[in-house]
Amino acid sequence: MNLTTDQNERPLVDVRHLKQYFNINVGALRTKPLKAVDDISFSIRRGETLGLVGESGCGKTTAGRSILHLYQPTAGEVEFDGKLIRTKDDIRELRKKATMVFQDPYSSLNPRMTVSDIIGEPLDIHRMYSSKKERMDRILELMDRVGLNSEHASRYAHEFSGGQRQRIGIARALALRPEFIVCDEPVSALDVSIQAQVINMFVELQEQMGLTYLFIAHDILVVRHISDRIAVMYLGKMVELADSGVIYDQPLHPYTKSLMSSVPQPDPKIARANKRIVLSGDIPSPLNAPSGCPFRTRCQYATEACAESMPDFKEVEPGHFVACHRVNEL
Amino acid sequence: MDKKFTMHVDVDAFLPATDEEKEYMVQMRPSSTFFKDGIKRLLKNKVATVSLIVIIVITLSSLIIPIFWPYSYDDMLGVKPGKRVDASYNNLAPFEYGKTELKRIEAGEKIFPHVFGTDSSGRDYFIRVVYGTRISLAVGFFASIIVLIIGMTVGSVAGYFGGWVDIIIMRIVDMIYSLPDMLMVILLASVLKVTLGKAIEGTSLEKIGTNIISLFIVFALLYWVSMSRLIRGQILSLREQEYVLASQAAGAKGGWVIRKHLLPNCISVVIISTALQIPNAIFTESFLSFLGLGVNAPMPSLGSLASDALNGLSSYPHRLVIPAIVISLIVLSLNLFGDGLRDAFDPKLRA
Repeated sequence: MNLTTDQNERPLVDVRHLKQYFNINVGALRTKPLKAVDDISFSIRRGETLGLVGESGCGKTTAGRSILHLYQPTAGEVEFDGKLIRTKDDIRELRKKATMVFQDPYSSLNPRMTVSDIIGEPLDIHRMYSSKKERMDRILELMDRVGLNSEHASRYAHEFSGGQRQRIGIARALALRPEFIVCDEPVSALDVSIQAQVINMFVELQEQMGLTYLFIAHDILVVRHISDRIAVMYLGKMVELADSGVIYDQPLHPYTKSLMSSVPQPDPKIARANKRIVLSGDIPSPLNAPSGCPFRTRCQYATEACAESMPDFKEVEPGHFVACHRVNEL
Repeated sequence: MDKKFTMHVDVDAFLPATDEEKEYMVQMRPSSTFFKDGIKRLLKNKVATVSLIVIIVITLSSLIIPIFWPYSYDDMLGVKPGKRVDASYNNLAPFEYGKTELKRIEAGEKIFPHVFGTDSSGRDYFIRVVYGTRISLAVGFFASIIVLIIGMTVGSVAGYFGGWVDIIIMRIVDMIYSLPDMLMVILLASVLKVTLGKAIEGTSLEKIGTNIISLFIVFALLYWVSMSRLIRGQILSLREQEYVLASQAAGAKGGWVIRKHLLPNCISVVIISTALQIPNAIFTESFLSFLGLGVNAPMPSLGSLASDALNGLSSYPHRLVIPAIVISLIVLSLNLFGDGLRDAFDPKLRA
């Protein structure tokens, strides 16, 4: 897709120093902040897909939700279409333009509602129609758009398969004609053949409706297929961000390197030539995150400097951001 | 068989399906809702079905019988204006008649029998039992509705908003829970009797009596706590579902989420506990009436009928037995029906 967009063009979504802490009870009356997302900054251009990858528990989903202000961010700013999200009115406007597709197609649809009510709910909330017929027409149009049979409008969600349910969820997300969709692992709960269908549908919808995606996933191949750029998160921090081809072929951060080496390689010759970088140890608990660089406890190149300060998230090549003290030496 | 086994598929063996055949493959089945499924299961349960029929019969007869019954619940048959009180009407046994009635029967008149006899003031006992049933059922039903409304509102607010709201509400609930409820009921009923008496003087509520109203207030104040706890627990688990987040992501506010997503999903628990609340309320009402804190005379309730019967227990035992049987029948069938509802709508709750 279009990677040669003017760098000066205003981004659709601009996230600056976003922090999302949760207070966790660690004693009778003591709480401790869990730093789910800790100071991340990035921007997403209009019409682009930004992939967001990382291990489970690294704060991908939280990042997506706090960008949409489903959680009130602890600190930091989110600018949507040039407008800073500050007041409740801003959030209400944001709800019409930015929405979300969820991971679990089973728990994301209310079992007591028919398909037409599920898809029409955003329309009902914002009263986006003047007559019942207009509402129904819009719902049928949306169902048609995601490849659902209009005869299914009066059925309940439990009568559908996982892939169909995810289509219902996507139709609901499209109801308000949004510009930006946070896709929170939308295909991880589906089996592989259905994954391809749904991914292709995301691509088609993007082309038809000019959508912008933040595509969260842990499957690097899926993310690489759909994304223009990829961001890698580790323990609430963003460690690397670059064009998807670049990050796949020339990762700079030691964590990204090990992540890319873990991708299964279909060609056995190449697979044998590639050395798998296996990380030792587990991901630390975000409640007791290591000082300095969060990755230093598992990084084979870690030095004392890494324990002292968090490396800046700096642009080492045009469009390639890395947060590592030793990026120039490695 | 000289034909060799082959993996090759003979294309000629396949024909495109006609429209008719295609139509045949499309199975249109009416979409079954949660309620239809639950009711189907409920009707399969014989005990629950019989209980339901008993409840319906009792309710309908308590509503319909007073319309055509020739005697009224507060009509003292021995008292005729301008005449001396005819004591022969007091304490009649079942199917006995008073003096003047016997004369009229001899004269060839037909007199409607006193099926359960009369009470000590000469009032037809059958219609009093029917009226008492009506009052008891009404108290049970409306008290449960009050409990349901308060419990549901408070419980869903506490569960959905959480945090400080939840902590404050649940501590209040704990406080009410820890009070000995029978003591509170008696205390409140006797205090409210005095204060309410003046307030409703001259209004249409006076006929119902302060006791019934204070009974409702007592129910409203004390018995919503268990309902609100139950609903809070349900809401707490439901609000973590992703469809709630999806609704919020579409811009829904608290009220919308509670009404559209949370309450519809705990409706089965609500129905079940309301159904089980009704016999509880009837029982409490009977108990209070028995202690003299229930309905105002001459209005009967099953509890006050049983209480009045105590005076003549050795001579007229049927007057205690009849209301006692009716109470037992109502409470038992409502409880069995509630259990059936629970099994049909929420098998997880089965004890």
